[in-house]
Amino acid sequence: MKIDCNIDVHHLTRVEGHGNIRISIQGGVLRQAEWEVVETPRFFEALLVGKKWDNAPWICGRICGICSIGHTLASIRAVENAFGIVPSEQTRKLRLLLKHMETLQSHILHLYFLAAPDFLDVGSVFPLINSHPDVVARAARIKLLANDVCDCIGGRRLHPTRTVTGGFTMLPDKKELEGFRSRLIAVERDLIDTAGLFRTFTIPDFIRETEFVSLRGVDEYPFIGGELVSSDGVVRKEHEYRQMTNEYTVSQSTSKWARLSRESFAVGALARVNNNFSLLQPSARGVAEAFGLAPVMHNPYMNNIAQLVESVHVVMDSINLINDLLGTAWDAPRQPVVQREGIGVGAVEVPRGILYHCYQFDKTGHIVRADCVIPTSQNHANIQHDLTALAVQFAAEGMQDRDLELLAGMLVRSYDPCISCSVH
Amino acid sequence: MSDSPAKAYLGVPVRRPRVAFFELSSCEGCQLQILNNEASLLDFLSLVEVVRFREGMSGGSDEYEIAFVEGSVTRDDEVGRLQKIRETAKVLVAFGSCACFGGVNQLKNRFCLDWVKKEVYGDHPVETAEVRPLDAIVQVDLRIYGCPVKKEEVEKIVTHIAIGSDITYPRYPVCMECKANGNVCLYDLGEPCLGPVTRAGCDSWCPNNRAGCWGCRGPSDDMNILQLVDIMKRHGFSEETILDRLECFGGFSGHLEGLKK
Repeated sequence: MKIDCNIDVHHLTRVEGHGNIRISIQGGVLRQAEWEVVETPRFFEALLVGKKWDNAPWICGRICGICSIGHTLASIRAVENAFGIVPSEQTRKLRLLLKHMETLQSHILHLYFLAAPDFLDVGSVFPLINSHPDVVARAARIKLLANDVCDCIGGRRLHPTRTVTGGFTMLPDKKELEGFRSRLIAVERDLIDTAGLFRTFTIPDFIRETEFVSLRGVDEYPFIGGELVSSDGVVRKEHEYRQMTNEYTVSQSTSKWARLSRESFAVGALARVNNNFSLLQPSARGVAEAFGLAPVMHNPYMNNIAQLVESVHVVMDSINLINDLLGTAWDAPRQPVVQREGIGVGAVEVPRGILYHCYQFDKTGHIVRADCVIPTSQNHANIQHDLTALAVQFAAEGMQDRDLELLAGMLVRSYDPCISCSVH
Repeated sequence: MSDSPAKAYLGVPVRRPRVAFFELSSCEGCQLQILNNEASLLDFLSLVEVVRFREGMSGGSDEYEIAFVEGSVTRDDEVGRLQKIRETAKVLVAFGSCACFGGVNQLKNRFCLDWVKKEVYGDHPVETAEVRPLDAIVQVDLRIYGCPVKKEEVEKIVTHIAIGSDITYPRYPVCMECKANGNVCLYDLGEPCLGPVTRAGCDSWCPNNRAGCWGCRGPSDDMNILQLVDIMKRHGFSEETILDRLECFGGFSGHLEGLKK
């Protein structure tokens, strides 16, 4: 049996932002297991105060370099809800298609570039360019498609330009949508091969019972707006998000933490799959079943597989959305915006979990208060509790330092944390 | 990456410079633009040897020639990190608007720090400082403008560094590129736009998408703010709208006298 172990990871790699892992075991007893977040705050909620409503989506997209589209859409939804604007069906579908392609590019980035190197025992995707050229080419092909669609609909893959309150500044060319439909149909094969690759990986065997929070789907797998649900049975309205998040500050993190029914909860692909399994596209459900992923799955490493499942789902759903869009004549790209006093909340499922933006406007349309609750902030406490349980379990099994360090890093990476986003 | 073949330029093999990526306070989006360039990623990687890229790779070396630093300085520990990078790098590149001008982060500087901290964290203690661009702390050798940076420009600049060629920026404003692209003027569509005063090089990225320019690349040479204010006012835009745009990314700070609310 292993007696002593000291792990000190400064600025964990292959995650977005800055976090440290410290594990100390002495005489077989766990002394410390800590997930520390040291990221610098940028104070978005403060710097928005006094700004006119049209600044919010433009500035808030800059919270995150991976899910800027999700932040922009959550921000727009908060403004529209405050002003009583209901987006047209055309806008709703275009936003969802845009959202889907951000989900796909982000999941593929994580699965291939950030997570897979651990399973293939390399430090990054770079050595795989020579050792696994087909794998890297496949990842690039899927990501390129997703980003191309984002460029086409949102104007830009990062910090989108066309997405505005009321709709879009301009609409995509239908010919381009037809081209994307063909490429989406072709990319199914790449996703099947991605599943094949992940079938060769050993997902660590670790279970810790967890509460999962996400949007609650009614007719379709949920991404933009709607009720909030937890796997422990809590249901809330979108505007009651504060009762779902209960943010608080802790000394080990510049990001706030969150809790609901227990000491922590999880958000993200696994939470969405757990809470909305029956609403997945049939082929996505098939992939889940092939990996033994069925609700409620409590192994956090399975978030990787949940991202794979969602990648299939968003591709299939995007084909349907393009079919719908091609089947109808274009309506006006945007509707007029009339500002008013009020509070608006926008809840959007971004790749790493449920994201909330909330703004209070005065009657001249200026922001009085702003609040953004980020998915990774909601996951930090759960990562901490997982890390403690993991250290206890594997220390008892006498695991070596290097293996435990790898498993701890992989655990954090499984959540695909967006740390600078969580601190914002 | 040491075993991938070196790129040739005009038939002459190009030595691959050792490059490192670092991030201070930022969204890390400019770095991700590198991984987001699927079509040219492999070409890019054959041009340089990436020795440190925390967001994308484990391990890494502290022996590098070119440091790309994203983000602005917003906390005292970042000053030390930046100085250490400066000591090591032969060429320090301010990578993106946050590094060049402070970016959206510097909008925080409109307020007193105590209020900012209280607004977000209540009474919980948290360390922060006035937001500064890199050149307020260390010498910056090159700037790559934009929020986000434009991949074509990044690749062009890296190629020029690799072959030892001079780096030049367009001296003219975004308006020139926008006209060349045949866009309808945003003012004629009722949208405010900083195209007349912002440095070109993005190929009028936002106006091409019918979104007015917010000046993320900072001022062009010899730009005329008073003329811009005149255009804006003639099209019915308020001083507040003008200021919102000019102050968003920090590139025009120092040109805002008389415009402050």
